[in-house]
Amino acid sequence: MEFDSVLMSRMLTAMTLGFHIIFATIGVGVPVMISIAEFLGIKKKDPHYTLLARRWTRGFVITVAVGVVTGTAIGLQLSLLWPNFMQVAGNVISLPLFLETFAFFFEAIFLGAYLYTWDRFKNPVIHWLLSLPIVIGSSFSAVFITSVNAFMNTPQGFTMEDGKITTIDPIAAMLNPATPTKVFHVLSSSYLTSAAILAAITAFIILKKKSSTYHKKALKLTVSATFIFALLTAIAGDLSAKFLADYQPEKLAVAEWHFQTENGADLILFGNLNENHEVENEIRIPNFLSFLAHGDFNSKVTGLDHFPKDEIAPFWVHYMFDLMVILGMFALTVSLFYLVFYKVKKWNEHNKWLLILLIINGPLAMIALEFGWIYAEVGRQPWILRGYMKVDHAATTSPHVDSMFFLFLALYIILGTLCVIVLRKLFRDSPVEIELEERYPNIKKGDE
Amino acid sequence: MSYEIIGITVLWIFLYGYLIVASIDFGAGFFAFYAKMTKKDHIINQLISRYLSPVWEVTNVFFVFFFVGLVGFFPDAAYYYGSALLVPGSIAIVLLAIRGSFYAFENYGSKKSNLYMFLYGATGLLIPASLSIALTLSEGGFIVEKNGEVSLLLNALLTSPYSWSVVFLAIVSVLYISSTFLTFYAARADDKPALKLVKNYALFWSVPTIIASLTTFIALSQHNPRHYNEMMELWSMFGLSVGFFMIAMWLIFQGKYYGLAFISVMLQFFFAFFGYGWAHLPYLLDPYITIYENATHESMGIALIIAFIAGLCLLVPSLLLLMKMFLFDADYVKGEKS
Ligand code: HDD
Ligand code: HEM
Ligand code: HEM
Repeated sequence: MEFDSVLMSRMLTAMTLGFHIIFATIGVGVPVMISIAEFLGIKKKDPHYTLLARRWTRGFVITVAVGVVTGTAIGLQLSLLWPNFMQVAGNVISLPLFLETFAFFFEAIFLGAYLYTWDRFKNPVIHWLLSLPIVIGSSFSAVFITSVNAFMNTPQGFTMEDGKITTIDPIAAMLNPATPTKVFHVLSSSYLTSAAILAAITAFIILKKKSSTYHKKALKLTVSATFIFALLTAIAGDLSAKFLADYQPEKLAVAEWHFQTENGADLILFGNLNENHEVENEIRIPNFLSFLAHGDFNSKVTGLDHFPKDEIAPFWVHYMFDLMVILGMFALTVSLFYLVFYKVKKWNEHNKWLLILLIINGPLAMIALEFGWIYAEVGRQPWILRGYMKVDHAATTSPHVDSMFFLFLALYIILGTLCVIVLRKLFRDSPVEIELEERYPNIKKGDE
Repeated sequence: MSYEIIGITVLWIFLYGYLIVASIDFGAGFFAFYAKMTKKDHIINQLISRYLSPVWEVTNVFFVFFFVGLVGFFPDAAYYYGSALLVPGSIAIVLLAIRGSFYAFENYGSKKSNLYMFLYGATGLLIPASLSIALTLSEGGFIVEKNGEVSLLLNALLTSPYSWSVVFLAIVSVLYISSTFLTFYAARADDKPALKLVKNYALFWSVPTIIASLTTFIALSQHNPRHYNEMMELWSMFGLSVGFFMIAMWLIFQGKYYGLAFISVMLQFFFAFFGYGWAHLPYLLDPYITIYENATHESMGIALIIAFIAGLCLLVPSLLLLMKMFLFDADYVKGEKS
């Protein structure tokens, strides 16, 4: 019985977070894109960009709504499913959680203001300024919640005597060693994913219909952003790996199937483990793990031999890690191709195959993000608070977690489906061409 | 003042804020549905959606703020309430989720369907009812700890006259607060037909509100005599509350100063809510959690208070800006501005 509620609590938490993160990511990244587009519209005096910002915003409010309600769900679920954990965490790490609500507040207030004031100000810059608090609010909510998650990986800022917390340093807990790299990587990957999804939608429209100037400008903007953010994400990921090597070596080792501590360790891509725990069928990149871990091809990388057997996470996170990295490289390559094609006058950057690659890159980036989180969370097992509390001591003992799991599953299916239906209807009912006509009757039309 | 008292005061203020803004929202949902059923929706629904559209997310944050702050200041609350409330808490989450997301889907997305209006109206009453249960539980007697396991006595809860009187009070207060606000808003928008309708709602719902308050008092005296006696010590708070109730009703009945009338309603609830809360102390969950024994460490308490003050410096100007744009901008309220 006890075991069951632990397992179900984990599954319910994973499901809620896995669902929330889709909308949270859009919530963090899309405001940045909206703000950039509106800014370009003002600077270039080009209504195409302004309309782009307007239309993105309209879709954005729908996804925000789902982000808000699922976020409220996970916020309450943390206490409902992990009461013992929240008792400790509430003591030590509530500062960033509390700050996060201020960030939400800030964002919510200005989102309301932004949405309903498009045509209210004589000077469009004022309306653009209203987008900045939204960007700041949503990005900072990611910063704060990520620092809570970082704390679960490298807890610090408190002293424990006989299972009781005696002193607390809230700032040290918040600025734990995992915070900088995690925050950097989470932010950059959210921006990347949002840009990639907007690029995918644009590419899809260009492929399906006759492309217009509006869509071509949108594609150039979103793909350029994808490229920049993909670069940042890769750098941040590299820093994250270096952080792991220093502070959480067992997580890196389990992702890399790195059993023996050694100098000049190889990087292992894919493959499988046979019954003797030997790696088979893998792609091996000599000495590259040492480089990933410490920036030096001959450095020493701690292996799993340093850790007790019951403190090692499941080996399948290896695939999560590999896929995340591969998909990140994919995003980088595809967006680079587009930019090269764009620069070389002879080549057509709107050719069918490039567009198709850009279309699949959108969902793939979201999948990379999910895999990254699954790796980060499952890779922490069996700890909920690394070194202090294991997951099975943290869960609720209520016998009803399984029915709640199905209740929420049904909720997310309904929310997800309706969200897609509403978004499609929203944009089908008001095509760009007509909206351009209505709002900016003087604009140049058609292809250039 | 000790940091525990500051902490609980801050949280209580936010819960009060949520009580007001959420009641307006929840009640409006019910009225919109009711108006649709009685074919009066053309009169008030425009009014309702003009106010609600820009602020619904803000309403939700008030609530998030309260429960996150509660866990921060009083982490043991997470343990006791979290352990006991898995099922009712989850149901409340689902209701909130349905309401919030459907609201956005319908408002920004497409036209209002009947199913949506029904859900919007029904959740408007069910959510306050289910949230009010948390206050009932805090009185003690429903959550027990045995052999280190916390559990909820569901039968006792469902058969308690006190818990039902609180549910009843929650529902009618929501309708009362909401209708008095809409009266004010309709008057501001200079929307005569809507004003006439919602003014009648306001007068109508005032009666059950005052009856429910009295029955809750009586039921509490049976359920938790300690709390009841403490409240009697604070009789002046409740006297003020009744006084503001009468002012509000008189103004609305006379048909003038609707703004002042709504402020009186806010003060009516302010005094009742703080009288109730003050008498509740030191218990957060009778008899397991008190604000003194179960608060977080002082260093964290102070950090949270500093964060709170800094946060207010950011939020208060922003909220004023929002109100200026949407509540006090006469052209917007009248619908002449997008
Ligand atoms: C679009 C999404 C995306 C992409 C392309 C990448 N990542 Fe990532 N990764 C994440 C999205 C993500 C994430 C979802 O944001 C995670 C989960 C937890 C976290 O801190 O970030 C993450 C975690 C994460 C971790 C674990 C950090 C920890 O648990 O503390 C490492 C070591 C890397 N990543 C490394 C990389 C490398 C070397 C990449 C090469 C390009 C890479 N990631 C691309
Ligand atoms: C948003 C992206 C996130 C995703 C997709 C995610 C995913 C997961 C998954 C898959 C698990 C189950 C792990 C297992 O039991 O094997 C889990 C557990 C958990 N996560 Fe996360 N997580 C995310 C972020 C966070 C953050 C930011 C926090 C902290 C504030 C957090 C707190 C927890 C807790 C408390 C558990 C349960 C204990 C455990 O299983 O370790 N998660 N999450
Ligand atoms: C355990 C983990 C998490 C908890 C407890 C949590 C909590 C919440 C809550 C309560 C809300 C609703 C706030 C409101 O009422 O406006 C929310 C929304 C949001 N969350 Fe999460 N969250 C978690 C994970 C994350 C992560 C990992 C990110 C970012 C990477 C994130 C980013 C956001 C954003 C941006 C929103 C605003 C809604 C939107 O714009 O879409 N959250 N979250």
